[in-house]
Amino acid sequence: MERPLTELIDLREGPLAREAYEHAGGYEAARRAVCDMPPREVIKTVEDSGLKGRGGAGFLTGMKWGFVPAGDDAPRPRYLICNADEMEPGTFKDRYLMEGNPHQLIEGMIIAAHAIQAEIGYIFLRDEYHRSAEALRRALAEAREAGYLGDSVFGSAFSCDIHLHTSAGRYICGEETALLNALEGRRAVPRAKPPFPPVVGLFGKPTIVNNVETLCCVPHIVSKGSKWFRQLSLTSDGGTKIFGVSGRVKNPGLWELPMGTPLREVIEGHAGGMRGGYRFRGVIPGGASTDFLVEEHLDIPLDFESVQKAGSRLGTGTMIVLDDRTCPVGMVHNLERFFAQESCGWCTPCRDGIPWIQKTLAAIEAGRGRPDDIELLHMHTRHLGPGRTFCAFAPGAMEPLQSALKYFDDDFRRHIADGRCPYNNHQTGNSNGNHHH
Amino acid sequence: MATITIDGQSYEADPSANLLQAALTLGFDLPYFCWHPALGSVGACRQCAVRQYRDEEDTTGQIVMACMVPVADGLRCSIVEPEAAEFRAEVIEWLMSNHPHDCPVCDEGGECHLQDMTVMTGHCKRRFRFPKRTFRNQYLGPFINHEMNRCIQCYRCVRFYGDYAGGSDLVAMAAHNHVYFGRHEEGILENEFSGNLVEICPTGVFTDKTLKHHYSRKWDMVSSPSVCSHCAVGCNTIASTRYGSVRRILNRYHHDINGYFLCDRGRFGYTFTDAADRLRRPLLHPDRERDVETVAEPAEAMKRIREIFSEATGVAGIGSPRASLESNYALRNLVGSGRFSSGLPRIEHDATTALLEAMRNAPDGPGSLRDAERADAVLILGEDPNNTAPRLALALRQSVRNEPIRADAGSRIPRWHDRAIRDFVQDRKGPLFIAWPASTRLDDLAAGTHRAAPDEIARLGFAVAHAIDPQSPAVTDLDDSASDLASRIARALKEADRPMVVSGTALRSPAIIAAAAATVHALRRTGSGGSSFLAVAPEANTIGDAMLEGAPLETLEQQLESGEVDTLVILENDIYRRLPAPATDRIISKARRIIALDSIATATTNRADVVLPAGSFAESDGTFVNHEGRAQRFFQPLPPAGDVLEAWRWIGRIAAETGTSKQNEWDRLDRVLTALARDCPELAPARDAAPDAAFRANGQRFPRAPRRFSGRTSILSHLSVHEPKPPEDSDSPLSFTMEGHSGQPPAALVSHYWSPGWNSSQALNKFQSEVAGPARGGDPGARLIPGNGPNERPSTAIPAPVPDDDQTLLAVPCYEVFGSDELSARAPAVAERIPKPYVALAPTDAEHHGLDSGDSLNLLIGELRVSAPVRLDPKLPPGLCGIPAGMPGWSVPHLPARASVVT
Repeated sequence: MERPLTELIDLREGPLAREAYEHAGGYEAARRAVCDMPPREVIKTVEDSGLKGRGGAGFLTGMKWGFVPAGDDAPRPRYLICNADEMEPGTFKDRYLMEGNPHQLIEGMIIAAHAIQAEIGYIFLRDEYHRSAEALRRALAEAREAGYLGDSVFGSAFSCDIHLHTSAGRYICGEETALLNALEGRRAVPRAKPPFPPVVGLFGKPTIVNNVETLCCVPHIVSKGSKWFRQLSLTSDGGTKIFGVSGRVKNPGLWELPMGTPLREVIEGHAGGMRGGYRFRGVIPGGASTDFLVEEHLDIPLDFESVQKAGSRLGTGTMIVLDDRTCPVGMVHNLERFFAQESCGWCTPCRDGIPWIQKTLAAIEAGRGRPDDIELLHMHTRHLGPGRTFCAFAPGAMEPLQSALKYFDDDFRRHIADGRCPYNNHQTGNSNGNHHH
Repeated sequence: MATITIDGQSYEADPSANLLQAALTLGFDLPYFCWHPALGSVGACRQCAVRQYRDEEDTTGQIVMACMVPVADGLRCSIVEPEAAEFRAEVIEWLMSNHPHDCPVCDEGGECHLQDMTVMTGHCKRRFRFPKRTFRNQYLGPFINHEMNRCIQCYRCVRFYGDYAGGSDLVAMAAHNHVYFGRHEEGILENEFSGNLVEICPTGVFTDKTLKHHYSRKWDMVSSPSVCSHCAVGCNTIASTRYGSVRRILNRYHHDINGYFLCDRGRFGYTFTDAADRLRRPLLHPDRERDVETVAEPAEAMKRIREIFSEATGVAGIGSPRASLESNYALRNLVGSGRFSSGLPRIEHDATTALLEAMRNAPDGPGSLRDAERADAVLILGEDPNNTAPRLALALRQSVRNEPIRADAGSRIPRWHDRAIRDFVQDRKGPLFIAWPASTRLDDLAAGTHRAAPDEIARLGFAVAHAIDPQSPAVTDLDDSASDLASRIARALKEADRPMVVSGTALRSPAIIAAAAATVHALRRTGSGGSSFLAVAPEANTIGDAMLEGAPLETLEQQLESGEVDTLVILENDIYRRLPAPATDRIISKARRIIALDSIATATTNRADVVLPAGSFAESDGTFVNHEGRAQRFFQPLPPAGDVLEAWRWIGRIAAETGTSKQNEWDRLDRVLTALARDCPELAPARDAAPDAAFRANGQRFPRAPRRFSGRTSILSHLSVHEPKPPEDSDSPLSFTMEGHSGQPPAALVSHYWSPGWNSSQALNKFQSEVAGPARGGDPGARLIPGNGPNERPSTAIPAPVPDDDQTLLAVPCYEVFGSDELSARAPAVAERIPKPYVALAPTDAEHHGLDSGDSLNLLIGELRVSAPVRLDPKLPPGLCGIPAGMPGWSVPHLPARASVVT
């Protein structure tokens, strides 16, 4: 089984240095793309590979790049931004890639920058990722020193530099337009779309924002071809995917697996199944803002389309498992507390709706729930849906809640009927199966 | 126009608008918060949700925010669809989850947009059962009260204050449901447009602190349409009163002038009408040299005036740029045009005459604030708009966005989409050039500045005209940097679709005005069709006064000298503010008798034999002619109480009393206007500035009191439970009661904005022909100066370079938005904002004289000694010093002038 993204990574050895990376064939793809491939051809190759954004939305990367206005009179400069603000609860895949092989990301960015003819690149990094910052800073210096960044990249006519920007920290900065505002020094509040960033982006100029894992795929697509990339996958979404599992499983962790690997294989195989004494109850498959999947979904292949069909989203592909001794209300409360805290405060439903949800869930969990609360929660999941809020934050926050209300309805009703949390006999309220990094 | 379908009905709508705007224009009641017609859409509050359908087949549709949907042919939507309606009610429930529900003690109660929208959505039952979040409030200065717990986070305040008005000390802080709108630390809100927060805020977070001092509910106040008396822009206002005093000023929308916004001087300056030094009774000064005054009955005062007139060898009248057109004209009529003075010293008189000349010669007539807002390249020649015409500065601040938006052909972002436009435009600014001796508060927008002496500013202007059109004479000996700047300015103006040159009398320089006019004509000759000239004048009726063509004050002095005249009638004019004290003293002492009419006690009224109490704007009807030559009528919200009368009515009585006119010829405003129209054809359209007193709708007058006026039976109940007879109004079609026509009056007669379900000032939507468009039935006022076509070539006397002079400084006037205006400076809240006396000095000059910031500087200007602390201004060129004009207590008139430093 091929693991192009992670095969060179050994965290015990620290980040891979440029020499070792190049020894393994690193920067060959970037050199070829910049020196020998016209930008159109790079975009075409990535488009043909079927690469979809790994940040969670799953939009076709090549197609996104194609939206940048071409031609001599197109606005300049253009920007390429790597979204490394990995703050989705339960998600730690980008950190692994940056700490393990920072040059792979830089090479991907050089190719992407060439494809859209961007002069300036930024890596927008989550504030807490100190090790990643250190690794990237060193790798950027090495790449600059080698002439892979700066004026005339690889001796070509193309010039591009990449800067590391460490975020001041907020979940909403991972939303690509809020990220742009943050980078400009403004309040990290999402922007209206349209206009989309490829047309009006950073400082009002064409901008592409890609996730770390997405960009890390790019050198391999260029060097081995789009056909090769497609055949890595078990389904129509190309490539491998880094899947992660946390929760009460025997072997929590990350694995690079073919796109479309069945959910059961990830949880029961790679993660080793549930720990002794715990039974599987459900899983949020792609970070905090995805719907629960339950027992009946264990055989679905993990790709964008299949997970969506099952009523959830692949998201980041890093999942949190709920066991039978953890209170689902408590788990959802914990997630909603996170969302209530991280709402940027721009639009009403999100700013004032999620805190209400959080307070209601806290009351239910504390045994002060009221029968009407269930309907109130349903009302919120309905009215905080897509299109009703300014960005996708609140709809994302509703996904675990709406699916919990669907699959764990009895739990909610028992809390209210009994006036206490039925799980409290076994464990304290805080230990509810949600792992923050 | 596009055809759209709302709830199954077809309508015509403007495709450049968004769906919310269109729905409101069509008369639908669709609730909203974050959208504002002048600020555009940002999609934050999610209140204006409707269901939109793809086409006729689509029965599912989706919920969208109307403010974010462009109007397009075939657009289909439903407002009444149950889920959209439920969502709108839910948005209110969310907003209300933390709102304190303190309406009974909230100043906004009864005219609160949040109340209106809550009722509109039908939300009434509160389900949120948890503790509310609370905030600490801040002290924000004398104008604005802060009560953050009421905030519903619509972001309008910071969008207005920061994005629109350029203020930097009111920001959004923190996140999630703790977003806080305030300053980083407590303190006075610096921006001179802060008062608009009162109307921008949809609830009671930012309220009018001056109103709080004498609070009254909207429904207890009697209001009238007024015109701001604190500068020449002529912003339209609504003045509201109770118990015989003015309680507040609100914006009255005028499409071409103030739009939705006023400056703080205009909004908070009104309390001068109630200050302790208001004149309310006639006064007699038996001995002008001694400070003895006696209060007289009107008849006694009149008797004294009759005596004075009968003894007089000749009577001259001193008019005033702050008195109404009617009062000035009545005075001119009383004394005869040969003995009528404009009330200005020659230095200001000449500049004003030059300005009026330039206005008359402007190709399309003088430009408006709306023109300024739409201009895409602007040259300001010798004005400091933030301080001389504040509302203009706000318009110019918007103008710099036009060029970057126009330059963008590709993104096709609709103009109302504020969020996207700002993301796109970023900090790019269109060309705005400023020539003024010192720094200005528009400098942050400027593509170039020229800080120089008045003559050098004029020379730059002529150089720009020459660079645009070589037929304009060249300027010799211009230094390289000024030459370069002139070509840059010329290029920017030529490339623009709507170039504008702003100039005025601030530096009292006819040459600057001529240079501005030359530039506009050069543009017109070279084919810039949209070029315009915007004139700035200092006082509410400077232009109207000038159009009556009186003589400068110095001419009167000669007439007194020659003995042709020995008696003066001084109309609402403190001539000590106009001329240096020694010169004023000479005039006063040469006049055997002086009759003064004013609303306020001044140094001049203190030296008059007879003082008659004139009405302020609040007790008078009259007309001001604004900076664009637009005659605008203001109506009294208060019936004159006690002995106070409109100045023109006093003058009419004097005329009748002294036999200069027939009895009662002047006792009606309309009669004064008719006589004016007969005598001065250019001013004749002023009659049409508002409907005359006989105007009625269905035989009814238009009420000044609101529909639910509760005061009439209770206000005087401690004296008598009988309802007093309401005051009569012979001069306007307004009544002082709530009885009368219940529909909308013509825009000139609008006393309040109210419409069923809309109790806040946002009911204004219902008074416009389309949202943000002209008033229904047309905007009020009458333009008097139509423009003179493209071929006029104004005179061009280019001043010589300013010679180096080591011995003296050139003292130039500088202006303060709070302080330079005589009337507003008497309002306590404004007085708090007036800077201490200062003389601005370049650091090199200060060093030369061994002075540091704050040190006392003594100057000799002509026969006048001036002493004030030094304020260092690094932007001021060496050789110049700036002295604030018109400051209360130490007015230094007659600048620019040479000043020598006295040690």
